[in-house]
Amino acid sequence: MVNKQGQTRLSKYYEHVDINKRTLLETEVIKSCLSRSNEQCSFIEYKDFKLIYRQYAALFIVVGVNDTENEMAIYEFIHNFVEVLDEYFSRVVSLMIMFNLDKVHIILDEMVLNGCIVETNRARILAPLLILDKMSES
Amino acid sequence: MVAPSLKLQDLIEEIRGAKTQAQEREVIQKECAHIRASFRDGDPVHRHRQLAKLLYVHMLGYPAHFGQMECLKLIASSRFTDKRVGYLGAMLLLDERHDAHLLITNSIKNDLSQGIQPVQGLALCTLSTMGSAEMCRDLAPEVEKLLLQPSPYVRKKAILTAVHMIRKVPELSSVFLPPCVHLLHERHHGILLGTITLITELCERSPAALKHFRKVVPQLVQILRTLVTTGYSTEHSISGVSDPFLQVQILRLLRILGRNHEESSETMNDLLAQVATNTDTSRNAGNAVLFETVLTIMDIHSAAGLRVLAVNILGRFLLNSDRNIRYVALTSLLRLVQSDHSAVQRHRPTVVDCLQETDASLSRRALELSLALVNSSNVRAMMQELQAFLESCPPDLRADCASGILLAAERFAPTKRWHIDTILHVLTTAGTHVRDDAVANLTQLIGGAQELHAYSVRRLYNALAEDISQQPLVQVAAWCIGEYGDLLLEGNCEEIEPLQVDEEEVLALLEKVLQSHMSLPATRGYALTALMKLSTRLQGDNNRIRQVVSIYRSCLDVELQQRAVEYDTLFRKYDHMRAAILEKMPLVERDGPQADEEAKQSKEAAQLSEAAPAPTESQASQLLDLLDLLDRASGDAQHPPPLDPSPGGALVYLLDLPCAPPPPAPIPDLKVFEREGVQLNLSFIRPPENPALLLITITATNSSEGDVTNFICQAAVPKSLQLQLQAPSGNTVPARGGLPITQLFRILNPNKAPLRLKLRLTYNHFHQSVQEIFEVNNLPVESWQ
Repeated sequence: MVNKQGQTRLSKYYEHVDINKRTLLETEVIKSCLSRSNEQCSFIEYKDFKLIYRQYAALFIVVGVNDTENEMAIYEFIHNFVEVLDEYFSRVVSLMIMFNLDKVHIILDEMVLNGCIVETNRARILAPLLILDKMSES
Repeated sequence: MVAPSLKLQDLIEEIRGAKTQAQEREVIQKECAHIRASFRDGDPVHRHRQLAKLLYVHMLGYPAHFGQMECLKLIASSRFTDKRVGYLGAMLLLDERHDAHLLITNSIKNDLSQGIQPVQGLALCTLSTMGSAEMCRDLAPEVEKLLLQPSPYVRKKAILTAVHMIRKVPELSSVFLPPCVHLLHERHHGILLGTITLITELCERSPAALKHFRKVVPQLVQILRTLVTTGYSTEHSISGVSDPFLQVQILRLLRILGRNHEESSETMNDLLAQVATNTDTSRNAGNAVLFETVLTIMDIHSAAGLRVLAVNILGRFLLNSDRNIRYVALTSLLRLVQSDHSAVQRHRPTVVDCLQETDASLSRRALELSLALVNSSNVRAMMQELQAFLESCPPDLRADCASGILLAAERFAPTKRWHIDTILHVLTTAGTHVRDDAVANLTQLIGGAQELHAYSVRRLYNALAEDISQQPLVQVAAWCIGEYGDLLLEGNCEEIEPLQVDEEEVLALLEKVLQSHMSLPATRGYALTALMKLSTRLQGDNNRIRQVVSIYRSCLDVELQQRAVEYDTLFRKYDHMRAAILEKMPLVERDGPQADEEAKQSKEAAQLSEAAPAPTESQASQLLDLLDLLDRASGDAQHPPPLDPSPGGALVYLLDLPCAPPPPAPIPDLKVFEREGVQLNLSFIRPPENPALLLITITATNSSEGDVTNFICQAAVPKSLQLQLQAPSGNTVPARGGLPITQLFRILNPNKAPLRLKLRLTYNHFHQSVQEIFEVNNLPVESWQ
């Protein structure tokens, strides 16, 4: 997840990438996403994999996949993810994501395991997190 | 500790508050120092907070490797919050390249067998993200146990961890294969999703597994059918489609199972048709499923009707206004175009429309697809579209477009003239982006199209006069003007409106090319050679050309200098050879330009060494020869100008020596007879492949006022030689420089005996019959030595 100024709000890699290469990669990715207008399609070819991005207000969510994935399913998945965040945070804004980064990581981990989608049902994703919250409050 | 540690939120606030990059770095470095101090002190209470901050900093791109050991400690602690942060840290900071990761194996093992679900979930998650091969092997039994547990939360994660393990350690597939079939019976979507991924992974890895799982195809079909036909279920539906993710996964697996397998494909046919027709396409989720269906139909052995359905669906996608859908449609059509060419052709107009897209990904796909769709029937229309596209397309696509157009033109050109026109157009619009061999191809093409010489040279001249910046165009134009300059100046050509071109204009244009700073060295070489060739083709005097050539004798570019010196020497000392050397080129063989050049090289070298005892120049010693020539500028250069090809791609065009017989005559011509305007000349040729053979061509010319008729020439040679007379070209020479008669004599002289020739001429001139018998004196020594 990157904002319009190019600052990374969340990043998750399922393949090992060196840390100095990560910042470079992220800048390039966001540059190619920012340069596209609303009129253009959401799939970009970048080096040897595909980028699927979606813009929500000032935040870009970009997913990089290899050639075998169905781009439209991933597009749908991004939306699913945002809906889950919306339910958890009740009307999510990018600031909330920034300040609760660890929770967002937990949610993402519930949905995607090692690059494969594991759960898309909102209730089931949020169940363990809600239990956790209850535990830490008490 | 110096100051109380910040909470993660506060740190984020501070970083946000930093106005510049330097300030941010300062804040972070200060905080990292705190964190390091805290780790050293070993404070257990706040450790997780420190690590959380460290992870945030790591995400921003700063080094955080000193947190690795802390991760371990946190994982080992019993508090859930600690474990949570610890595992997250492990996922982000550790990886198999550092040895530290092995240390968490034990912790993971403990956690996995503990039985507390969230903890197990955490452990599995971490294991699946960064587990190395050793870890996987160690922990495989634990994971397998978890697969069979009743709780779906853990199971689904365990399955996906199994996927990762199989990727790392393929031998474990045998461990995880048996539970799969059993797991398919589950109703829980999460488990199903995981299982299908696992099966997909297994099938991709081993063909044996593939065969094993073909048995479950009916079951998969059943699952998918229930998914599609069930009504709205709140749990899983996304915009009206029930669990599209699961549907997509199942379809993908079906694709893998059905590939190259008739039986499974048949079971799937109905289902695929059902999915294709029933899915609601108004929302993206439905389109995603439909897309996957189409891909599956394409890959398996489906019924013909089904394939047509798939192509039609793709056609519908193309017309959709959503760009994403059009993109995927274009991609899949590209895949299909090999197998179902005719079906895709029907959608050609839509594809061509997509070329106009502003979106770069879309236009690139459209371009590839359009190029693939060109065939002999639609080539003209398509070319027009593609050329229009070339003019307006973004620069990174230009090179692809240009080379695509040229390739397609080569394969499907209906007429040569159309072909030349197309290439010309491409060169003028996108000249700098074409491939290097385009120039070679075009010259070869023009050379081969005899009837189009005048037309092409005229068009090229016009194009060149307008613009000399496009290098390939300039090169081709220069070559053509050089070769066919006489046709250019003739002034009449029926295919294009007549243009009066002056000699001076042509020379001026070539000089402009030579002097322009935009011209590459290769282009200059072309221009110089063209100028040289024009010296024989043009009627006027050659002073201007000679001037230019001598200017370039001192050019800094070695290649140009060499050429200029050679040509200059040609003017000065070997003027008699100039016409023959600069004759028109015969057609070059396309397939082996390199082989040809070498063959030519050796032939020329052999010929020249026949003429004068000169060593054959090798490419490396060109420079040396040049220096030699300059040293002995006083004019006693024994060897003839090194006409061997100089390095560079313009080899073929530099040498205008035809390699087909008759080769040029290094032996000077001889005038043997002259009477009242009637003249007889002998020219001698000794072909290098047969040193005993001498070819004499006699030429009878008539500059008088009366015609010469019934001209017969006979010859006799000493007994040791063999003479063969070939038929003359005619026996009338019209008056005032009319077409001369030529006749070829073949003399075999194996013993190299001195040549003596007696000629007998009979003809009618000025109403008188003339008979002359004489012996030819002053025969050059080279003709028989």
